[in-house]
Amino acid sequence: MAGSETAAHASRNGHHKDGLDAFATPRDDQREAGRPLLERAIRAVAGVVQSRVPEADLDERDPDYIRESLPRLWLLASLYFRGEVRGLGNIPEDGPVLLVGNHSGGNLTPDTHVFTLAFSAYFGVERRFHQLAHNLVLSMPLLGFLRKYGTVAASHDNARKALEAGAAVLVYPGGDWEVHRPSWQGGRVDFGGRKGYVRLALDQGVPIVPVVAIGGQETALFLSRGEWLSKALLLDKLFRLKVLPISLAPPWGLNVGDMLGHVPLPAKITVEVLPPIDLRREFGADPDVDEVHDHVMRLMQETLDALAAERRLPLVG
Amino acid sequence: MRVGATIDISAPPDAVWDFVSDPGHYLHFMSGVTRFEVAGDQPRGLGARYRMLMRVGSAEIGGLVEVVECDEHRDLAWTSVQGIDQRARWRLRDRSLEHAPRTHVELRMSYGVAGSGLFGWLAEQVAAPTVRGHLRRSLQQLKRQVEHEQLRRAAAARRAARTAATS
Repeated sequence: MAGSETAAHASRNGHHKDGLDAFATPRDDQREAGRPLLERAIRAVAGVVQSRVPEADLDERDPDYIRESLPRLWLLASLYFRGEVRGLGNIPEDGPVLLVGNHSGGNLTPDTHVFTLAFSAYFGVERRFHQLAHNLVLSMPLLGFLRKYGTVAASHDNARKALEAGAAVLVYPGGDWEVHRPSWQGGRVDFGGRKGYVRLALDQGVPIVPVVAIGGQETALFLSRGEWLSKALLLDKLFRLKVLPISLAPPWGLNVGDMLGHVPLPAKITVEVLPPIDLRREFGADPDVDEVHDHVMRLMQETLDALAAERRLPLVG
Repeated sequence: MRVGATIDISAPPDAVWDFVSDPGHYLHFMSGVTRFEVAGDQPRGLGARYRMLMRVGSAEIGGLVEVVECDEHRDLAWTSVQGIDQRARWRLRDRSLEHAPRTHVELRMSYGVAGSGLFGWLAEQVAAPTVRGHLRRSLQQLKRQVEHEQLRRAAAARRAARTAATS
């Protein structure tokens, strides 16, 4: 029963089951008994975590809450990260739009905070704005407030719902793969080959607006994604977690997993919003997904290179 | 939080009023303002609405404002309809001496986010020097532009008079 509820819950959220035992049967139970203790324990935790992923409800976004929290975000973005967001005027004034960003900074992503503040201040909290986040982020006990900002679990269905509601949707295709890349790859846009965002934009007929950020990967010393560790612990199958990052970050020192977050170093965050890409106008009636993806990647990488060239010193900007 | 700035401009109030009541001038003289657009059909006067944004720290802050007071050549006030809470007021007062037109100009701005608590208060304090600096520079630029316009008009009048005298 619990398994069914979990499955139904996951289905409502549009999540892939990804190895979760959605429907337990006697054969499953036998198989379960034969598994090593560690694997069983990890699977049990995965079940609990998956059941904590909240149902995607776009109405949980609370404009009044966002408005009242803007001063807090502003203080953090202005004083600590000296955030600078350019080109917000490139985002269409209204209507649905898919904002595609590169992602940096580990599990605490300062570029998202800086951009959310800038977007909400520029367009007003009344404009629908949703961000797609990893299931694990939304299932963390202390991060429930993110749903008030319009954050929903990253899935094609949730993104589709938000776009159909006329929202601007911020997606980070690189996700956990990109956000935990080593610091020396901070100047690289790396979506890990994920192209679902192109198909989403095509299906929904919405423009793609690339959002390029720099500085996030300087908020800690990211050493390794730890893909091997994630595989060894089955996290890739159970939590859709391809990485188990290893970094040096305060206050922990050596930080494995970054599950409890860390205190980010005060690196200057610069974000540049590029002009919208109308896929069918630029690539014809039936655009090739690979071609569009390559185009977006090239634009974003060129912009990131230009932003990197502006920076004189790490952290300082 | 309320901040303000004042300046004396060597021009009559109506000349200054032409600038402060015309939304088309704002991007030219208002420091830090990144956007000032008419929202709706009414470009000026009581009830006119504008979408304005001012860069303060990491964000462009503002929103939709509406003119709630419009006393020609004297007072112009707007208040926010959307966005952060704000209220601004232009006060123009005639301080002309004989053959020396002069207008005392004051620009006040109150801003904040109701319900944002301690962080809201702190953010208002931190933002105050930036906003005050924007207002001060705005008035300096307004003075320069209005006085330049006065000189340009005076020169045009002189040329017209000379042309009339010679023809």
